[in-house]
Amino acid sequence: MKLEEFQAKKVFREYGIPVPDGTMVTTAEEARSAAEQIECPVVVKAQVQAGGRGKAGGVKLVKTPAEAYMAADSILGMDIKGFKVERLLVDPAVSIAGEYYVGITFDRRKKLPVMMVSASGGVDIEKVASETPEQIFFQEINPERGLRSFEAKQLAFQLFKDKKKALASASIMMKLWDCFHGIDASLVEINPLAELEDGSIIALDAKIVLDDNAMFKHPVMEEMRLPTPSEQKELDAKSHGLSYVQLDGNIGCMVNGAGLALATMDLIKHLGGSPANFLDIGGSSSPGKVIHAMELLISDSNVKAVFINVFGGITRCDDVANGLVAALQEIRTEIPLVIRLAGTNEEEGIRILSEFGITALKDMTEGAREAIRLAEEGGDS
Amino acid sequence: MSILIDESTRIMVQGLGRDGSFHAEQMKTYGTNIVAGVHPGKGGSSIHGFPVFNTAEEAVHETGAECTVIFVPAPFAADAILAGANAGAGLVVAVTEGIPVLDMSKIVRELNELGTCLVGPNCPGLISPEKSKVGIMPGGIFRKGSIGVISRSGTLTYEVVNQLTLAGYGQSTAIGMGGDPVVGMKYNDYLELFEEDRETELVVIVGEIGGTDEQDAATFVKDRISKPVVGYVVGRSAPPGKRMGHAGAIISGADSTVEAKVAFLRKKGIPVADTVEQIVDLVGDGLGGKN
Repeated sequence: MKLEEFQAKKVFREYGIPVPDGTMVTTAEEARSAAEQIECPVVVKAQVQAGGRGKAGGVKLVKTPAEAYMAADSILGMDIKGFKVERLLVDPAVSIAGEYYVGITFDRRKKLPVMMVSASGGVDIEKVASETPEQIFFQEINPERGLRSFEAKQLAFQLFKDKKKALASASIMMKLWDCFHGIDASLVEINPLAELEDGSIIALDAKIVLDDNAMFKHPVMEEMRLPTPSEQKELDAKSHGLSYVQLDGNIGCMVNGAGLALATMDLIKHLGGSPANFLDIGGSSSPGKVIHAMELLISDSNVKAVFINVFGGITRCDDVANGLVAALQEIRTEIPLVIRLAGTNEEEGIRILSEFGITALKDMTEGAREAIRLAEEGGDS
Repeated sequence: MSILIDESTRIMVQGLGRDGSFHAEQMKTYGTNIVAGVHPGKGGSSIHGFPVFNTAEEAVHETGAECTVIFVPAPFAADAILAGANAGAGLVVAVTEGIPVLDMSKIVRELNELGTCLVGPNCPGLISPEKSKVGIMPGGIFRKGSIGVISRSGTLTYEVVNQLTLAGYGQSTAIGMGGDPVVGMKYNDYLELFEEDRETELVVIVGEIGGTDEQDAATFVKDRISKPVVGYVVGRSAPPGKRMGHAGAIISGADSTVEAKVAFLRKKGIPVADTVEQIVDLVGDGLGGKN
C-alpha cells in the first residue's frame, strides 16, 4: 500500500522528521484559503501515487492566493500516468541550496533493510543508480539493532562537509529508520532531502510504501488507504481472499497460485491470445471465494471467454468444483467457460463437475487453446 | 539420495488448524515420518497417529524431531518459526503466507546464527518423492528420479513436475522456495546441495518476475555447478509496479522483468523454456547432451 505525499509527510512529522507545514485540499477554493493562511509563495502539488508529477505539470509555484486558486483549478482532475488528481498539497515555498536523497528499502539479496543516500537528489534515483552508481552510498541495517548513530553519521558526512548540516541529516536518517521500522514499511524515501538557504535540512517530498503483509499490525494505517477505482476493484477482490489485477485482454483467467496464474497468462499470450487479468484464487479455496472470482471476471465487459486453470495442492479440486457449481447456479452468464482441473482430489472435482454437465480438461495447453478459440468466436459475434 | 529430507527425517507439524491438520494427514499417508504435532492447548492429545504437544520445545525434546513444518497463521507464524528453530529443528519449512517482511529479515538473521536451514515462507514446501513430503504439494504427481526442481512458486511447481513425471523424468527433490521478498534458502543454496547429491543429474529452476534471484543463480551455475540446468521464468504479461499475487512478484526495475532474466540466463549458458511443455524438451536435451 502506497501513501500519498500528504499522508507520508504526516507520518514523517509524527516521527520528528522536519517537513514543510502544508495543507491538503480538494478544491481550488480551499487552495486559495490555504495559500492565504500559509505565507506566499506556495507550491501546489498534485497528490497521486506516481512519479514525474513535476514534468506532467502537476506541481506549480505560485506567488498569490489568486494564483493558487488558478493553479489548483488546472491541476485538479488532471490525469498523471493514469491517476486522476483529486487532492492537492499546498506547501510553503522554500529557498533550496542543495538537494539530496535518502531512502530505506529491503535488499532482497542480503535479506536486510538497507539505507541509501546520495548527493544527487531531486531526480529519479534509479537513473542515478544506473548512470552514476558511485554517487550512491549504502548502509546495511541489522533489523534487530536498527540503524546506529555512527552508521548514520558515516552516511551524513558523505553528503555534507559541514558538521552542523551532517549531524542534522544524520538525525533525520535515524528518525527515518524509526519510521520504517515502526510502521513496517517496505520503502521510505525522502527525495529531495533539501538544504535550505538558512542552512536547515528538511524533507521536501515524502514517499512511503507499506508492507501489505504487515497491515494487521497497523490498523491505523489501513484507514489511510485512498484507492483509485481500479485499486478499489483489487481491494474488493482481496477482501474475498482473491488477488486480482486487471489487464486489457479478452480472456478472463481464474487460477490458483500466483506463479501458475502468470504461467497461464504467458501461455495464452504465447499461443496468440490476450489475457484480461491476473486472478489468483489462492490457497484454502472455499465455494464462496470461487463465486466472487466468477463475479469479478464477468464484470469486465472485455471478457469473451473464461479460462479456469486449477492445479490442486492446498486448494482442493473438489472445493473448486463445488464452488464452480454453486457459482454457475447463482450467476447466469453467456460467456463460455473452459475448466482445467488437476492435483489433490482431482477425480472428485471432475466427478462433481460432470454431474453438473461440465467437462473439465486435464491439459493446460489444450485448455488455453480452447479458451482462445472461444474468445475469438465471442469477439466476432 | 535426495537433498534436505528423506524417509528417515523426523518431522513435526506446527499449527494443526483446518489446513495444517489436512496436510499433516496427507503427508502421513504419503509416508512422511511425522513424529509430533504442535498446537497450543492441544498438548497431550494425538492426531493422525502422532502425539501433539503444546510447545515446539517439548515436541523436539520428547520426539527428537529434526525438521518442522509451519502452518501457523501469519500473525503468529514468525514466533512459531523462532520456536521451532530454537527448539533444535535443523530445518524449518514455513508454508504460511503473509508474514511481514521486516519480521522475516529478523528471523533469517537469527536462523543463520542458529545454523538452521529455512525453506519459505509462503511456499508449498519440499518433497523427496517416494521418501518424504514436507508441505502441501499433491504427492501423486511426483516420481522418484534424477531431476532436482527449485521454484519460487507453488502450483506452478506442480504443473512443471506433473509434465516431467508424465514424460518419464522423476525427481530427486523438488522445492518451492517461496514467493516473498525475503525468504530463507535461495536457488544458490539448493543448487549447491544438488551439485553434491549423487542422485541428481539435472536441475530445473522455475523463476518469476521481481528481484534478481534468477540472475544470481545463473552466475552461480556458470561458476560452480557442473550439472546441466534448465530455466523457466514467468510473468511476461505483468505490468510494471503491480504486485502479481506473490509479495515478491513485482516489476520494480529493468532487471526484474522476464526478458532481462531470460537474457541473463541464456548469456550464462542456461537453456530457457518459453512454456512448461518446452521444459520437458530441454530436460531431454540436457540429459542427452550429457550421456
